[in-house]
This record gives sequence, C-alpha cells and structure tokens, in this order.
Amino acid sequence: MESAKLAASEIEELEKTAKELRRKSLELIYRAGSGHPGGSLSAADIVAALYFGVLRYNPKDPKDPARDRFILSKGHCTALLYCALARAGYFDESDLADYRRIDSKLFLSGHPHPKTPGVEIATGSLGQGLSVGHGIALASRLDGLDYRVYVLMGDGEVQEGQVWEAAMSAVKFKSNNLVAIIDYNKVCQDNLTRDLKDLEPLEDKWRAFGWDVMRIDGHDMGQILDALRAPPHPEKPRMIVADTVKGKGVSFMEGKPSWHGVAPSEEEYKKALKELE
Amino acid sequence: MKDGATRDGYGEALLQLGENSSVVVLDAGVSDSTRTNKFGKKYPSRFFNMGISEADMVCTAAGLATAGKIPFATSFACFLLGRSMDQVLVSVAYSKTNVKVVGTHSGIAVGEDGPTAQMIVDLAYTRAMPNLAVVQPADWEETVQATKCLAEYAGPAYLRLGRSSVKGIYDSSYKFKLGKGHVLRQGTGVVIFASGIMVQESLKAIEILANEKIDVTLVNISTIKPLDKELVVEQARRNGAVVTAEDHNRIGGLGDAVLEALAENQVHVPTQKIAVNDTFAETGTPQELFKKYGISASHIAQAVKTAHSRKIKA
Repeated sequence: MESAKLAASEIEELEKTAKELRRKSLELIYRAGSGHPGGSLSAADIVAALYFGVLRYNPKDPKDPARDRFILSKGHCTALLYCALARAGYFDESDLADYRRIDSKLFLSGHPHPKTPGVEIATGSLGQGLSVGHGIALASRLDGLDYRVYVLMGDGEVQEGQVWEAAMSAVKFKSNNLVAIIDYNKVCQDNLTRDLKDLEPLEDKWRAFGWDVMRIDGHDMGQILDALRAPPHPEKPRMIVADTVKGKGVSFMEGKPSWHGVAPSEEEYKKALKELE
Repeated sequence: MKDGATRDGYGEALLQLGENSSVVVLDAGVSDSTRTNKFGKKYPSRFFNMGISEADMVCTAAGLATAGKIPFATSFACFLLGRSMDQVLVSVAYSKTNVKVVGTHSGIAVGEDGPTAQMIVDLAYTRAMPNLAVVQPADWEETVQATKCLAEYAGPAYLRLGRSSVKGIYDSSYKFKLGKGHVLRQGTGVVIFASGIMVQESLKAIEILANEKIDVTLVNISTIKPLDKELVVEQARRNGAVVTAEDHNRIGGLGDAVLEALAENQVHVPTQKIAVNDTFAETGTPQELFKKYGISASHIAQAVKTAHSRKIKA
C-alpha cells in the first residue's frame, strides 16, 4: 500500500514537471520567435519521465563515463530538451534566454550540439540518433559499464532508411542496453504521417527486425515509467512505441501539422499558457 | 622501402594500433578488401562489421567516439562518402567526434570496376567540411605513419587510400607530420604538388623529363586539409611555375586547394592542373585509365614542360 502511494505521488510529481516543461518550452519558442512546439509538447511526458525518473546522471559531471545516455534524435525539439537540461541542473534556467540567439553562451542552437552541457552529439538531420546511440551501447560493453542508452525518435523520422540499418545492427550485436522510443504523434511537418508514408504496422516491423517491442500511451506517466524502467531483455534491444498527440495540452495545436515548426503569437501564447495551468 | 598499396599499410597500422585498447575498427562488409579483417581477427571484440550500411556505420563510430573510443570507420571511398556524406558532416565533423573516416579504393586507379567504384569527388566533399582533416598518403610507409598519427590526433579526419600497389617512396627514417607537405626533390624550375598515387606518377614524370633542362621540384602533399600553405607558397615562388597532380575530379580537390593558396597570397605564376577532366571515366586498367583520362606520368611531364615554357615567356 505504502509503495503504491509513493508511486502515485511520484507520478503526480512527474506529471507536474511535464506540464512545467510544456509551459517553459512554449515560452522559449515564443520568446525566440521560432522553434518547434508540436513535437516538444508531444514528447514532454516522455522527457520528463527520463530526466526526472529514469536516467542516472550527475549534472556537475556531465561526462561521467557511467552516466545513462539520452539522444534526442528528433533534434528539432530543443526547446523541450534545453528546458529539461536546465531543470536537471546542467545549467541555469536564466541561460535559456539565449535560445536560438546569436552568440548563445551555451550554444543553445535550434538543434542540439555537444557544446551544450548534457548534449552527447549533434542531431537535426533525422535518422542518425539511433545509430549513434547504438555506438554508445557498444562502447559500454567494451568498458564493462552497465549504463543504458535512450534514443528518442520522431515517427516521421522512422521513414529514414538509416533507422532500419541501425535496427538491424543493434540486433546483430545483441545491444540490449539500447532503448529506443518513438514519439508516435502521427503528424509530420506538411502531412499526417500516414499520408506522408505510413509506418503501420509499426510494432510488427520492429518485432520482425528482432526488437523487444512495447506499446504505451505516451501521455500516461505510469505507463511511461514502467516501460522506461523495465529491465533489459536478455539480448534484444528495446523499442517503446509511445502513442502521443502532437501539440499535446494546447487544444488549438493538437494534431495539426501547421504547429510543427512555428512560434505562437502573443495571443496564442497566452491562450496556450492558460490551457497548461 | 616497402612496396604495397596504401590500404595494405593501413591494415598493418591498425594491427599495431590494436595495442591501444581505445582503438576500435568498423567496416561495412568489405573488410577483406580494406584490410581491416586483420585487426578483426586479432581484436574481435573491438571490430564491428556493420554490414552494407555505411550511414549506420559512420554514426555508430560517432557514438563510440563520444564514449572515448578512437573509431576507424572504413569502406570503399565511393560508398563510404557517397552514402554517408550527411552523417560525416553532422555526426562527425559538426559534432567534432574523434572519428577517422577511411575510404579505400579511391580514384580512377580502382580500374576495371568502373565509375560506380571510382571515387573522384571525395576530396571535394571532405575538404568542404569544417573541422575535418583530410589526408592522402603516398605509399605504404607513409600510410602506416599517417594512420598512427591520426589515432593520436584528437579530431575528425578523412583518410583517403588506394587499391593498387605503389612502389615504396619512404623508409622508416621518414616522419609524417599532419599538416605538413614533404619535399621529395628540390629543384628550381617547376614545382609539382602531388598527392597519393600521383606522387609515384610524378616521380616517373621526372624520369621522363631527365633529358630536358628543367630542374623539377616534387612536393608530396599528404595532408590536403589543413594545407601546408606556407610550403606551397614558398615553393611556388622559388620555382616560379606550378603543376598539381591528383587522381580526383579537377573540381574541389588538391589542385583547387593549391590554387586557392596561391591566389590568397598573390603568387602569380603559370599553373597546370593534372586531374580527371570533369568527366566519369570507364572500365580499364589503372594505367590505361590514367593515359586516357589525362593523369599519367607523361601528362604530368607535359604539364611541367608547358608550365615551364610559360614561365620563360612571362
């Protein structure tokens, strides 16, 4: 009973954190006048769970060899990533004012770069993160370290051929400390994912490639935590297909390709914040 | 002095580097041809044959590098750079990961496999990438040394290697230095800046020119980026006429790098560029192709004469 209560309070806490990340992400994008709100909002619960409930890291020692790794392969969602990194203690929240601005002290670029504390590799060209994550997973084996590598991909990104190259590689090398998550928000930049190039049957594809596949509601904090914390499969890499809603939490952004990569106006921003209270 | 293909020197260097437990080698299903299989046999846990998926290989190497490894990601230059230019640009050059991208079987010297296997645009690709060092050794010994040097060098690099055997130019007394050209023959009349297999062709050209009254200088430019501009400018001024020689398309390679350095430094001397003339070649033996596509020793010799005559007229 006690542990269930604790879990309930932890879930509640993480849900609050996710909401805060959503508000803050929109604030960053609004202030910068550009950015990617849709995918930041869809991934906020997953990223909140990772940084504040799953990943092992020490923000004072960002290069600690034993740290768990996180790769934001859908690199356009930096507003969300930087907010999480600041909250996690990699840098001060006040530094976020540099977001997408020239001479940014921490290189808070539109897409991530390792000059920013807590970022492992540059992403932004879709399809590369899973391979990079797998390379890190291979290194962990050589070093005898038991960290896990989490790679967050967009659903549209899965249309990139390299993702499937990496899918085969991770199975070949039995890289079971690799955890991939697809933020399956069903919406790309100019189309719905299914109209652009349908991924279905998505779970079957990954299973056929040899992955241990889980399917969750990407906005259900309990399900997210259970999936991310599940012990590794004895030999298979893990795929978590997380059903999400693009623009989640802001009614007028939800499910709309048009909110992939534009900043809200002042009025829209205020309206969005109200919905995220 | 040891004869052999530069890819053979690479295989040997990797074996020696294997003692360093940070060194890891990746291949894309051609490890017998690239000679990485020797490393794979001796150090199987640090050898990753990724299959025929160059893009995945390059990014996997980048991931390994972020965890402190020194990855050598290897395949045929054609497929390696052709398939993974974006991956080299983003996950290696821009991210500044300590990855050595190694392309063997470069240039039309590949021969009979034809244009889909003859990489003639990789220097243009890689020279254009910020942060990336670009190295092309001339013989077996220089390759061994360059490979070891790149393992020590903490940064991204492209190593361009060849399939065919070349005659030994250097012995172990030679010391390869990243970013430095090497004067193989000091003359006063015309300077040839050559790289890779064209160093051997240039040496042959000098033999062809033995009865001419042209005192030829030959400089091996094994680091194409960063170019040894100081040496290039100094030798161009000293000789007063320049020939460049590369097994690569004439756009974006060694010749352009040298001409840029000369222009930037107001060195106005006659220049001749020996390179593939903005065309795809065909099947044939390396020497047949060199002759037909204008990069043989006799073409270099002719270019030296032309540059020299223009210098005299000027």
